[in-house]
Amino acid sequence: MIGLSHYLVVSAILFSIGLVGVLRRRNLLMLFFATEVMLNAVNIAFAAISHYYNDLTGQMFAFFVIAIAASEVAVGLGILIVLFKKFGSLNLDDLANMRG
Amino acid sequence: MYEMIAFYLFSALTIGLFIVTVMSKNVLYAMTSLAAGMVLISGFFFILGADFLGVVQLIVYVGAVMALYSFAMMFFDATRDIKEKNTSSALVFLLGGMSALVLVLMFAAPMHSDAITALYPMHKGVGNAQDVGIVLFTKYLVPFEVAAVMLLVAMIAGIILAGKKMDKSLTKDTAVDDEILVVKDKK
Repeated sequence: MIGLSHYLVVSAILFSIGLVGVLRRRNLLMLFFATEVMLNAVNIAFAAISHYYNDLTGQMFAFFVIAIAASEVAVGLGILIVLFKKFGSLNLDDLANMRG
Repeated sequence: MYEMIAFYLFSALTIGLFIVTVMSKNVLYAMTSLAAGMVLISGFFFILGADFLGVVQLIVYVGAVMALYSFAMMFFDATRDIKEKNTSSALVFLLGGMSALVLVLMFAAPMHSDAITALYPMHKGVGNAQDVGIVLFTKYLVPFEVAAVMLLVAMIAGIILAGKKMDKSLTKDTAVDDEILVVKDKK
């Protein structure tokens, strides 16, 4: 039978995949994708805990996470477009212009 | 039984698709596999009985967010493969080791899961959407309104940031166009 820990393990694996993406990608768009993966992994954990403890709070938090992710994407893509206009690239190594 | 089959199928497919998202060199492949993974995650929500959350996941994530990404692809050169310089392996080992340590600490942390009582328990015989609506519009009304204002702010910010100089093309070489115009004028 599928228990809470099954869902939590899947959620942890997906979160680790997103974390690996954030650590190893150098393209800003790919960093956004990895962030989406991490947010989705957290949502699975929230929904699973909400189901197994018969509590609606987890689902509420998942809703707010989705709202925050949507607004993050809207602002972030605007910033990415401005950066692409300025530098012609989304690679983090090309964007480094503060050499201290 | 069916729940078990669905759970293992969805988890295997989601993990595979998200690995493709993280490792792929092509932006279009990464975006497509991310969208497919999000559809499967909504399947997890339906298994868990969170029907409304699953529908919201489908509409907001797969519908709106991925459409936003695919519209943003028009601004970037999506057909070219991404060239990335690999970071030094020592740094990768350090960061990976630290992340693994954090995960182990999280799993080993003592949990008092027996002491948890439901703050807003689900009701028997009431649909999930009704339950969610009652709790969302009574207990979580203020965060809901704040989230609405935040989405409005994000929309305005997106329009302002992306809308400046929309008449200038980003990917097309404007000098080539000017030359063509000059040649036409000479003729």
